[in-house]
Amino acid sequence: MNLIERIFDVTIVMVTIRMATPLIIAGIGGMFSERSGVINIALEGKMLFGAFSSVAISYYTGNPWLGAAGAILIGGLIGFLHAVVSIKFNANQVVSGVAINILAIGLTAFLLETFFHVSGTTPTVAKLPVWGGFSPIVYFVAVLVVFSHITLFYTPFGLRLIAAGEHPKALETAGVNVIKIRYLGVIISGCLAGLAGAQLSIGTMSLFVEGMTAGRGFIALAALIFGKWTPLGILGSCLLFGFTDALGMRLAGLGIGLPTQFIQMLPFVVTMIALVSFVGRARPPKAIGMSYQKE
Amino acid sequence: MTNTRKGKCAKYFEVALYPVIATCLALLVGVIIMLVTGHNPVDAYLALFEGAFGSSVAIAETLSRSTPLFLTGLAVAFAFKCGLFNIGVEGQLHVGAMAAAVVGCYLTGLPAIAHIPLTLLAAAVVAGIWAGVPGYLKARFRTHEVINTIMMNHIAIALVSYLVVHVFRAPGVIPRTSTILPSAQLYRFIEFSRLNIGLFMAMIALYLIYYLLWKTNVGYEIRAVGHNDKAAECAGINVKRNIVMAMVISGMLGGLAGAERIMGLHLSFIQGFSPGYGFEGIAVALLGRNHPLGILFSAILFGALANGGFRMSMATAVPTDLATVIQAVVVFFVAAEQLAKLFIKRRKKGRLAE
Repeated sequence: MNLIERIFDVTIVMVTIRMATPLIIAGIGGMFSERSGVINIALEGKMLFGAFSSVAISYYTGNPWLGAAGAILIGGLIGFLHAVVSIKFNANQVVSGVAINILAIGLTAFLLETFFHVSGTTPTVAKLPVWGGFSPIVYFVAVLVVFSHITLFYTPFGLRLIAAGEHPKALETAGVNVIKIRYLGVIISGCLAGLAGAQLSIGTMSLFVEGMTAGRGFIALAALIFGKWTPLGILGSCLLFGFTDALGMRLAGLGIGLPTQFIQMLPFVVTMIALVSFVGRARPPKAIGMSYQKE
Repeated sequence: MTNTRKGKCAKYFEVALYPVIATCLALLVGVIIMLVTGHNPVDAYLALFEGAFGSSVAIAETLSRSTPLFLTGLAVAFAFKCGLFNIGVEGQLHVGAMAAAVVGCYLTGLPAIAHIPLTLLAAAVVAGIWAGVPGYLKARFRTHEVINTIMMNHIAIALVSYLVVHVFRAPGVIPRTSTILPSAQLYRFIEFSRLNIGLFMAMIALYLIYYLLWKTNVGYEIRAVGHNDKAAECAGINVKRNIVMAMVISGMLGGLAGAERIMGLHLSFIQGFSPGYGFEGIAVALLGRNHPLGILFSAILFGALANGGFRMSMATAVPTDLATVIQAVVVFFVAAEQLAKLFIKRRKKGRLAE
């Protein structure tokens, strides 16, 4: 068998999908927030909260499905917190996002030690079942992409969301509550990012490791920009990043050259190159990052 | 004259009020978290305070923990002054630390008076170039520096990890470089403490950046760009050049923070040596309102929280991570300044009603 065939087989497709799954969910989550006009640099932290809470809940109840549901709930709560600070109190959205990320690192580590009396890694817990080689969350992604595409472009809510991020004043004039739309956008982003975290911890593995998101939230954010704030674009760019991951792992598995550190670097380097070469053509929502106040 | 002085005092008081309130609220949130998780907050904070300020050695160790924070806080603040959010200080600190470890170890035959400045310079230059990349990408392609600096954090940490594991590794279990030469080590001036002259280096940096920002044309231009880049452009200021320069200087400060850790504390590059000095710098800068004087105080606060945290976790089993949580909450409250203002307004209203 030649090298190309040894690299590109069914397994690499499956690994690509597996690696892309949390990115797609978090990326689409970020889309709901950014389309409404709130920068979402906090995806990383929200994912970490989701990863931890799903493991903790699965540990105490023995039911990973409850764990996944809990991750969505906790993610939504963190999203709510993010929304209150950024929307109600007009905090700088990047700064409030950074605060969430720091909080996630500190609080998950703190709770890990408080609940499990260990540091670093939780004991193994019940993980989600495997259906045809994938966690159920992977199938959910297919639904999510289609559903959010329709929601964003063909429903009143989606169009209002876009308007809130493009021209909030006009939306308010049309009698829609911009603040409420933005709250919803940020909370949805929290729910989805939480689920993305659950996919990492109880979808692919069966435990929580400190800082296990390892920058995936930020890659999801880059995929969101690279995908021009559309569900299909996010799907495409996340698959690209997932493939980068899978390729790196495959090359390492075949013992080809690259040390692991360079493989770890690969998605971040690809992200930077992708942003430089494509971002010029992508246009962010006009009112993104600006707080909105009723007059 | 007394009037203006009074006015100035009142202004300082006002500026300092929100950060102080934010800190108090964050400590209060810490209490709530401890109560919810079944810890005794009084014991914990007492142990924390004793660990941070209980003896002269404790104070020295707190200042030692604060030393990199003066510099990383300054790094974040400097970029902020130009309207840039440099989240990449952690990465810049790592590449700077690695540069210092290599130059400190392999540049032989120099007296300390030449070796120390050269080692610091190497760290500053490497980290400055590293930070210059996202600055250039911002200026040339308008890609967001926040994302690029985050990406470069991950790249930097993986890169230095490669270097310490595969290229410069000294024998031993933990990946680390060989000990740097005595001629590159920063002098420790307090017995039983690792506090070193890097502290004074950081103080000088605080003053120099203050001077640069507020007393020179260079600083004026940088602040003008940060204030309103379009207006600055109209006034004939080269916005792109200032963006790149602000990022380079910011990165250099981050690199120096890394160098101090290597040359004064660890004496070699140890994998995973940073508990997140670069990220703590964000909180330090925000709480210090991006002003060197504010950074001085907030860096000592966070240094004390981290240093006292060890004592706290040993004495009361409250995990040291509580310090990180408090830090995050501080950033929240500082970001949501209106929240703090709400408290003050209520108090004022109450006073008026009396």
